[in-house]
Amino acid sequence: MAEAPIELRVNGVACAPCVHPMRRLLDVLREDLLLTGTKEGCGEGECGACAVLVDGQLVDSCLVPVVQVRGREVTTIEGMADGTTLAVIQQAFIDHGGAQCGICTPGMILAARELLERVSQPGEADIREALAGNICRCTGYTRIFESVLRAIELERRQVSGSAGAWSKPGASRAR
Amino acid sequence: MATNIGTSVPRREARAKVTGRARYVDDVVFPGMIQGVTVRSTCARGRIRGIHFGEGIPWDEITVVTAKDIPHAGHNVVALINDDQPALADGVINHPEEPVVLLAHPSRALLEKARAAVRIEVEPLPAVLTLEDALAKRAVVWGEDNVFKEYWIRKGDVDAAMARGDVVVVEGEYATGAQEQLYIEPNGMIAAVSAVEGITVWGSMQCPYYIQKALMKVFDVPAEKARVVQMETGGGFGGKEEYPSILAVHAALLAKKSGRPVKIIYDRAEDMAATTKRHPSRTRHRTAVTREGKLVALDIDFAIDGGAYSTLSQVVLSRGCIHAAGPYDVDHVRIHARAVATNAPPHGAFRGFGAPQSLFALERHLDVIARQLGLAPEEIRRRNFVRQGQTLATGQVVRDDVDMAAMLDRALVASDWKARRARFAEENARGGSVRRGMGLATFLHGTGFTGSGEKHLASIVGAEGMADGRVRVLAASTEIGQGTSTIFAQIAADALGVGYDDVEVATPDTRDVPNSGPTVASRTCTIVGKLVEQAAASIKAQLLADGALTEPYDAPQLRAACARFVRERGALRATAEYRQPNGVSWDDEKFRGDAYGAYSWAVYVAEVAVDATTYEARCEEFWALQEVGKVIHPLLAAGQIEGGVAQGIGWTLFENVVWKDGRMSNDRMTDYIVPTSADIPPMHVLFEEQPYSGGPAGAKGIGELPMDGPGPAILNAIHDATGISLTRLPATPEVIFAAMERAGG
Repeated sequence: MAEAPIELRVNGVACAPCVHPMRRLLDVLREDLLLTGTKEGCGEGECGACAVLVDGQLVDSCLVPVVQVRGREVTTIEGMADGTTLAVIQQAFIDHGGAQCGICTPGMILAARELLERVSQPGEADIREALAGNICRCTGYTRIFESVLRAIELERRQVSGSAGAWSKPGASRAR
Repeated sequence: MATNIGTSVPRREARAKVTGRARYVDDVVFPGMIQGVTVRSTCARGRIRGIHFGEGIPWDEITVVTAKDIPHAGHNVVALINDDQPALADGVINHPEEPVVLLAHPSRALLEKARAAVRIEVEPLPAVLTLEDALAKRAVVWGEDNVFKEYWIRKGDVDAAMARGDVVVVEGEYATGAQEQLYIEPNGMIAAVSAVEGITVWGSMQCPYYIQKALMKVFDVPAEKARVVQMETGGGFGGKEEYPSILAVHAALLAKKSGRPVKIIYDRAEDMAATTKRHPSRTRHRTAVTREGKLVALDIDFAIDGGAYSTLSQVVLSRGCIHAAGPYDVDHVRIHARAVATNAPPHGAFRGFGAPQSLFALERHLDVIARQLGLAPEEIRRRNFVRQGQTLATGQVVRDDVDMAAMLDRALVASDWKARRARFAEENARGGSVRRGMGLATFLHGTGFTGSGEKHLASIVGAEGMADGRVRVLAASTEIGQGTSTIFAQIAADALGVGYDDVEVATPDTRDVPNSGPTVASRTCTIVGKLVEQAAASIKAQLLADGALTEPYDAPQLRAACARFVRERGALRATAEYRQPNGVSWDDEKFRGDAYGAYSWAVYVAEVAVDATTYEARCEEFWALQEVGKVIHPLLAAGQIEGGVAQGIGWTLFENVVWKDGRMSNDRMTDYIVPTSADIPPMHVLFEEQPYSGGPAGAKGIGELPMDGPGPAILNAIHDATGISLTRLPATPEVIFAAMERAGG
């Protein structure tokens, strides 16, 4: 199969990288679109370092041929902040020690984001389950749980009772 | 003015990390850069009879490097301690992942085909694949007897004590498996070579100056022609201590031959199979103890499997054997320690560095002894804790005002030990499929290099005033996730009397920073941090002596004075070099004396549930109490403990390296299981702070300590829950199943 333009939206911007349709989404993001915030940890869908959102759903981009996201919206860590204003979850990772070496952090933040979109008032058990596909070798997860819990608390205080505060306009729910 | 130390300031590089802007080695692309891969041996031991380059590959387009490309005779070595490991195998194969050929090309796809098309013809030789076979000399694969290093520690008269009429002698044998560091960023390095600048490498690493030393040896160049720059590093845990030297040499060989920058990034399988892991160990204990539980004599035989080359094994061995007698006051101690060769890839540094292995054996053995004597696990420990003024196994007099008995009490109260044990005993007696138990471990961990290591290292840290009045710390200690850049800024800021943001910490680049030693051994905060404190204080002293600054002053005044000094004099610089504290002495020959400048002390408690249907053990709750001197940054310190405990839980319950003919056969994350967020229990991290005069603001080491406790605490809890005394790690469901079947449970 020859290289061909694949139309998709990445972090709200339309693009059409001319690549082999079976090229891994991970490689298209990192090498063709120069979005190196998405990391490769294992290449077999076990560690979650390469996790991104596709139409709001968390996927390991090392397992996805780019042709599968044709016409869809991909969100990477680079799309989390609003200009220089960090998303609440990003700030919480800074404030509560959620990032140590940082290599799992982009995938972890996107996994947390997906949970917060999907469940309106997640408890600790929800957080443990939602992040179980993202391996962190540094933190022992405790500060990551703390970061997510504090982000929930902050959001609740800022926007009373609306889980929609996590969404960017137009982002669809995974389920 | 001490306003930064003791507070949880935002970590330096946190914003870059949460936004995806932090630059790791694989995120960097240089113009003209090509990729490199490694072709490895496939058998454990043999002689290379030929290297064949298969058909269908455009070999003239590919840069090919073998041992023949190392130009200087005798320089095909990875310089570390002994020069026994070749950078590329030359004639002989000693383990199944030995690098033999390097290939470079712009296309990764072609490189994979080319790698598969290289056939290394090997005439096999008898291999040694286990520690016991190495000791039994089933084949001799290193030196005359397979022994890399042997140490003895002797205190008192063990044989006479064992023969006393008033003691019981209890024996036991304990073993631990290999463990993969599994940093989530695999090893990676970029090299460029130019006639003017020499070699430059950029990569993921813990020890820039180890790499520089290795490059200087292979290429026979002076230090100024071998520059090493650390990129953001995605975890190390010891796994990026010595191994990156090999990658750097390989990338540089390819870069030199191709004339282009070369990047080598290992994929996960290659990283798991080929790079270093924690040394497997076997420990035999023979212990004389009175019926009241007073330890009279410890006779310990400690052995570790070093793999095919000596690398750091002798240093791992020394830390392991010194920690083998634990935090106890025992009059008679004999420790025999050996590191042996097998035909596996070399084992290397991993958080704890030998101490988790020997402390596991001791702390497990103490519970076995306690049961035999009818004592509670906490009681046998309480009756033997070393106190200030008493001596450890090497004869080191404990200077710390440590009170392990009080720490034990605090941990028992925090974990509600007695009530939980009683409740679980009652519930377990009723039957049911889940058995619960409590276990503990009490231990110590030495800060910094062992023995006279720090004296020989003679680490240096620099500080310099910048044009804008801020001060820059120059150190080779790497930020690998643990918070080096943050705590160095805190320490320097307090020494100067300025704010956290008034201090910059330089990226480790051997062109710019002095050799502050490797980032290992829980030495960064205490040993290097103390030098940061001194270098910063020296900057302040120069400004005061010069009259540029007068006390009292505030931060803006210091900044202004610093900026003016730099503008008018051109430079404001200071260095601090390590000096061994007075009264500290170590005898390398006899292995006696002050093994470490300071120890951190700990009491860890685990609650465990064992499912008698699935044979799965889960750690349900964990308490970690430690005395680590002054805590510089509470959030980072707690993060170190939690992360270390999680790795300890993995080593104890999940992480099983499966060996086949000297090679890790489960070299992927699907088959090598590390703890996920669903496996980690609620953790309670508690600190006690007894300031240590040798550390900045009184800090001691933290990073390695938490690796020591979970193994024994969890297996002791399994013993409490089930009555099954497990003696080896990891305790996977298969192991628990077999043990319970044997016990008729």
